[in-house]
Amino acid sequence: MNKTYRIVPALAAALLLAACGSTPKTDAPAPVTETPKATAPTAPTATTPPSTTTPSRVSLVEPQPGGVLSGRSVFFDYDSNVVKPEGQTLVQAHAKFMMENPTSRISLEGNTDERGSREYNLALGQRRADAVKQIMTVVGVPAARIETVSFGEEKPKAPGHDESAWSQNRRADIVYKK
Amino acid sequence: MKSLRIFGAVLLWCICTLAHAQLTIDITTSAGKQIPVAIVPFGNEDATQSVTPVISADLARTGLFRLVPATGIAPPPTEPSEVNFADWTARNAEALVIGSLRPAPGGQVDVRFRLFDVARQTQLASFSYLVQPTQLRATAHRIADEIYEKLTGDKGVFSTRIAYVIKRGSRYELQVADADGANAQTVLASGQSIISPKWSPDGTRLAYVSFESEKATVVVQNLATGERRTVANFFGNNSAPAWSPDGKQLAVTLTKDGTSQIYIIPATGGTPRRITESAAIDTEADWAADGSFIAFISDRSGGPQIYRAPASGGQPQRLSFEGNYNVTPKVSPDGRSIAYVQRDDGKFRIALLDIASGQSTVLSDGPLDESPSFAPNGRVILYESTTGGRGSLAAVSVDGRVKQRLTAASGDVRDPAWGPFVK
Repeated sequence: MNKTYRIVPALAAALLLAACGSTPKTDAPAPVTETPKATAPTAPTATTPPSTTTPSRVSLVEPQPGGVLSGRSVFFDYDSNVVKPEGQTLVQAHAKFMMENPTSRISLEGNTDERGSREYNLALGQRRADAVKQIMTVVGVPAARIETVSFGEEKPKAPGHDESAWSQNRRADIVYKK
Repeated sequence: MKSLRIFGAVLLWCICTLAHAQLTIDITTSAGKQIPVAIVPFGNEDATQSVTPVISADLARTGLFRLVPATGIAPPPTEPSEVNFADWTARNAEALVIGSLRPAPGGQVDVRFRLFDVARQTQLASFSYLVQPTQLRATAHRIADEIYEKLTGDKGVFSTRIAYVIKRGSRYELQVADADGANAQTVLASGQSIISPKWSPDGTRLAYVSFESEKATVVVQNLATGERRTVANFFGNNSAPAWSPDGKQLAVTLTKDGTSQIYIIPATGGTPRRITESAAIDTEADWAADGSFIAFISDRSGGPQIYRAPASGGQPQRLSFEGNYNVTPKVSPDGRSIAYVQRDDGKFRIALLDIASGQSTVLSDGPLDESPSFAPNGRVILYESTTGGRGSLAAVSVDGRVKQRLTAASGDVRDPAWGPFVK
């Protein structure tokens, strides 16, 4: 026991170094508040800016309220990216409007319900938005006028946690750009 | 002590927890046999300077130890010469911890501790730490790590940290806390969702997915400086970051070429190199610690299933075959198994897949469990468990025997990520 004890001072020195060295500088992480990227304090550096067509800011068109075009959400079954018949009707109507209004541009925002993997849901939402885009491009809307994004399960329309809420959240939203 | 080691090998377990201000812990299941340990209050402890309470709490939370009452012996031993092993044999203690705090020059504290095998009357460990008073809590975690390792044979994770996201109303906070939930700090606050935080292998940076620019981008944040860099902001979605073992690269999921596919980019941002080639969704990459492969999910066969492929790209190998929804693979630190989320009959549960045998074991009860994350010693899986729409953190030992639920006083806690060992 004594032998071990004599080792202690040497160990103490070593451990002092270890203890000091191991104190993570990150013990007090610098807090950051996310702000809109234009005013972000440490301007994030985007590696590759999107190189798609820059919209010319001329009289983008949005349907007037009323009628079938007031519907802006296409709903999906669980685990599905199949646009159902009522959704088909809505998407076709918006595609027709876009064909008649060549300056109109839209964003299709895919969403999912809250169940399952956030990352897989993000990909599923993208697939839903892409499914709607596919129908519109078949009708003849130029793909360049349709942007697709996904929010996965991050932006639920209905706050509940049952099928009635989930069915509202499995959707692709048609958002006209202004 | 060999018997203790063997016992430990069977029940290997250690858990961080989130007690303290943010989260409180509740052990819902306990291991069958616990190692009885007596921890004598360290000499010279007082209300302002102590380590014993933290050491005791660390060990107790694992479910692997039973704390034997250590008071009532006068004087309480603080040196080996003061230990009367008969006292501890009488209390059925198998291990004994003693120690002291002594003032040292420069306002420092000399923390000494010793661990004994009571039956054999031998010393198992003896250390001395010269620290500033502010480091006493961290020192207590180190002592608990030492005791845990000597008694179970596995490295302790009490000195590690965790990250998670708390949602309060419409506000999201990315927080970093000690493994016991203490010292929780908000490293990022946002009005938009923050998902998929991942620790760099050296513990200095977090990669995560931000929605601040109205789409998913991948950000790397330096925890010491707060510097943030958007490392993936390509056309479409940018998500699911996973660090390479050397911390120099990230696997990310991008939709810039169409459907969600996995690419590798420099961790500082740069040109992506595509490593999966399918017409399906490929996402949720996770790098094996030895760099030999990347696990990911793909729904190329229908529902999402777990695959692995060489990090250099190449032919993927499907690993999961049961059920039609298996997601969020996390490779164990030893590379032999994969924790993941499986859906069965509408319930989402954490499961563990042994890669060599292909056998899966369900570890959690569901119904909405997700986001598994291994402790760096591979013995515990931390995950998110949602009930009534509110997420909390839970943990389960890889043998399924010890379960814990960790509840925040308020808010919806999600996406936990367990940090690496402190170097």
